[in-house]
Amino acid sequence: MTAAGVTIGRALRHRSFAIGTALTLLLVLVAALSLAWTPHSPYELDVPNRLRAPQAANWLGTDAFGRDVLSLLMVGAQASIIVGVVAVGIGMAFGVALGALASARRGWAEEMVMRFSDFAFAFPAILSAIMLTAILGPGMVNAIIAIGIFNIPVFARVTRASANAIWAREFVLAARASGKGALHITLEHVLPNITSVIVVQGTIQFATAILAEAALSYLGLGTQPPQPSWGRMLAEAQTMMFTRPELAIFPGVAIALAVLGLNLLGDGMRDLLDPRLRRSR
Amino acid sequence: MSVFLFKRFLTFVATLLGASIVVFLALEILPGDPAQVMSGTDAPPEVVENLRRKLGLDRPPLERYFAWVGGLLQGDLGISYAYSTPVGELIAERMKVTLPLALIAMALTTVAALALGLFAAQRHGRLGDVGIMGVSQLGIAIPNFWFGILLILLFAVKLQWVAAGGFPGWEEGVWPAIRALLLPAIALATVQAAILARITRSAVLEVLREDFVRTARAKGLSRRRALWTHVLRNALIPVITIMGLQFSNLLAGTIVVENVFYLPGLGRLIFQAISNRDLIVVKDAVLLLAAMVVAVNFVVDLLYAVIDPRLKAHDV
Repeated sequence: MTAAGVTIGRALRHRSFAIGTALTLLLVLVAALSLAWTPHSPYELDVPNRLRAPQAANWLGTDAFGRDVLSLLMVGAQASIIVGVVAVGIGMAFGVALGALASARRGWAEEMVMRFSDFAFAFPAILSAIMLTAILGPGMVNAIIAIGIFNIPVFARVTRASANAIWAREFVLAARASGKGALHITLEHVLPNITSVIVVQGTIQFATAILAEAALSYLGLGTQPPQPSWGRMLAEAQTMMFTRPELAIFPGVAIALAVLGLNLLGDGMRDLLDPRLRRSR
Repeated sequence: MSVFLFKRFLTFVATLLGASIVVFLALEILPGDPAQVMSGTDAPPEVVENLRRKLGLDRPPLERYFAWVGGLLQGDLGISYAYSTPVGELIAERMKVTLPLALIAMALTTVAALALGLFAAQRHGRLGDVGIMGVSQLGIAIPNFWFGILLILLFAVKLQWVAAGGFPGWEEGVWPAIRALLLPAIALATVQAAILARITRSAVLEVLREDFVRTARAKGLSRRRALWTHVLRNALIPVITIMGLQFSNLLAGTIVVENVFYLPGLGRLIFQAISNRDLIVVKDAVLLLAAMVVAVNFVVDLLYAVIDPRLKAHDV
């Protein structure tokens, strides 16, 4: 067997990684499929057929406006993925840059970045989203910005900690001795060596972002109608709890599966990429 | 010790000042004209002008900032635009719900997480361990507000043991009030307990492998005694760090969960204030929540010093 084959085989035997990959793939595939096809239109109101029980035409029934629940769930995956990807992207772009700067420059730059990230933790994502909404009004973009800002210090800390370890290694010393500058070393030696740590953190932050988006949309501060989102589906279902309780089940299961998949994927990758950690588990 | 305390205290005050500046910039400078935001876009100009003067927005920003912070320090939080009552009174009333809720949730989290984490660590690799870790992985993935809805479905809709939400007030007696807070607290605590149980388990496993534990066992200490006297104290540092972060998550979580259970707490006040465009209330309440988060982290720093005297020695 080739080296790649061995690696893939080992990865697939890792239970967390395999389940996590499967669930995450399912999330992405459902979102992709919903771009091209859903059983019914998630925007089509059909009031005579409202609150129907699950049946052949509507596998998961219809909601209070007669919309097909399965179609809403499928399209809802889009909102979760968009918010997750962009918010984690914002956090990663700024956070990794700040963390790498702190590690390369040390001294006051490091102190500044660390104090900034301490400070940013005083504002949980929900709180910054609420401030943004108070000024700019509710919306998906504001939710993305708020969750993105919250992610910056997370990536800054992880990057700094792992980059500091690389800066102490002999090959970096050799690069410095040969006259390479800090930027050069960061791009050529430090960042490639900490990519795995950042990707693992990114996966876990993705899961956190999905949870935050759902919470904000549940409060009416995130994704706005008519764009379907799991959080808002739950808010609407709560008003129907005494007549159609199962409406409050499906969107929650969707959120939990998506988050579970990403968390397992992150944990699995961490194990596979850093064999030293495996013994402690 | 005093140097350590003093340094931590300076950071604490600086963070609070920073937070007040951020909140002030975000809610009074960024919107351009808060009077316009508060009176709505279609309000007649004289109404906006009137409100602007009433709120003192015609004064320079720096003066307004110091007036606001000065007022806060003297306990004067301003007058709510929507309720026409002092914001201090509004917040104090709402804190009677939010603070007990967060404290009950934190207590539930701590008890459940330490018990499960210790149990799992002792049965490392066996069925109990694998089971607890699997369930906790699920617990982390469940949104707290959805778990709240599920609890309502089970206990209010199906079994009809409790009301689906609302708060009777402390005047009706302690027990009815706590009963109303119990389900929301469980909803908040479940996710946090799942996280903390995992941290506790790995911290305990880490310490169990240390040489001093082996020495203690070699000296004839029973497994249980070694655990209680040597392992727990050393495993507490990471556990307490996470607990500090979790309390801030709990406070943020109350905003959502209070809305699930229709509890008249601080989170719901902020939320209503946004709908009413009552920026004065939003400003004070957001700063208060941020200040609570900062204060909890300050206390965690102090706890480190109590648990691990070496940290004090480092600083002096």
